[in-house]
Amino acid sequence: MTISRRHLLIMLPAAAVAWKYVLAGTPESAPNYRKSEHWWSMLIDIPECIGCGNCVRACQAENDVPDGFFRTWVEMYHVSDENMVNPVVISPDGGKEGFPAVAKEDEGKYFFVPKLCNHCADSPCTQVCPVGATFITPDGVVLIDQTYCLGCAYCVQACPYGCRYIHPEKKVADKCTLCYHRITKGLTTACCESCPTGARQLADLKNPNDPIHEFLKTHSVQVLKPQLATGAKVFYNALDGSVR
Amino acid sequence: MRVFKDAGHLFRFAGLFLVAFLLFLLVRGRVVPKSFGEYGHYRGNAIRDIAALPVRFAGHQACATCHADVEEVKQKGKHAGVNCEACHGPLAKHTDDPGTLTPPKLDTAALCVRCHAASAARPRNFPQIAEDHFGGVACETCHQPHSPAVDAGGAQ
Repeated sequence: MTISRRHLLIMLPAAAVAWKYVLAGTPESAPNYRKSEHWWSMLIDIPECIGCGNCVRACQAENDVPDGFFRTWVEMYHVSDENMVNPVVISPDGGKEGFPAVAKEDEGKYFFVPKLCNHCADSPCTQVCPVGATFITPDGVVLIDQTYCLGCAYCVQACPYGCRYIHPEKKVADKCTLCYHRITKGLTTACCESCPTGARQLADLKNPNDPIHEFLKTHSVQVLKPQLATGAKVFYNALDGSVR
Repeated sequence: MRVFKDAGHLFRFAGLFLVAFLLFLLVRGRVVPKSFGEYGHYRGNAIRDIAALPVRFAGHQACATCHADVEEVKQKGKHAGVNCEACHGPLAKHTDDPGTLTPPKLDTAALCVRCHAASAARPRNFPQIAEDHFGGVACETCHQPHSPAVDAGGAQ
């Protein structure tokens, strides 16, 4: 197709106007939360985690998590020379009150791994629900409709990360909501808010200005159990191969 | 018609089936919530219900709005990246109505060691204190928690 001089002259002003809008970019901070504009995830920087348990306490305070149950918890790994494949993992009371001090002369390496729901894009837990009580929202958060849940616990068994439990009083499934009531109001999650070292960062994969994009490009980042192809969205920086 | 001569029982059965199907549609229409299927095979209002839950941690911005002086001290020290509620706990009630809830004073001897007690499990570059460092003296005697370096203002 050829464009005549006449048509080019007609098109030029239109192109100039369009280019102006391209340069202006999208308007800043829309007044209303739009689900279609977000795709939530979390970044966990293992070398930054000090095992203080702030996140576990904050989660329980924010979400009324019953004692002995955890929407997030911290594990301490001890990988020694004799036990590379099956490391010693402890998580006393979910790491809520911290961990016993480790003396320097102990052999092997130690590190902390905070865990929570991975808000998988292709989650096994939502696929097995027989009544449509658990689902992934259009903004990428796996939630439970507790008025619909029967408490059959299929999802508890289906989650490969052990992130679900049956609430002892409500008798329905319960899990991390990625503080959906906070992130939809422009706040960060309770665990990220209370993390003193920035080891946990809420990230929005659909937001081009989110620092996660730069981080993913410049660090060795992995998700848990990638072989299961769950589409897990909790990214771990410097994840040790022994972590299960 | 000869074909349907002996088919009366089939029509009766079909009629019964139709009635049952209509009854099913009626009941289904009544019991399935309106928002079911809005976004997928679940109740769309469940998202709104969860989004409407109350917030307990007010968020760092809310603290800094009134306590700009503390924020300024904090920004100059090592604790610049630590949000207020990481130590002071969830205080949305305080930010909603500062009169109703005054945050309690924290016991630094118990609070600081949560992060800073020496342990080989912590990252090596993270500042850690040995058990004999303070000898039972409260940390704030020497270290101002908002800007903990001793030479950065020290005790308050």
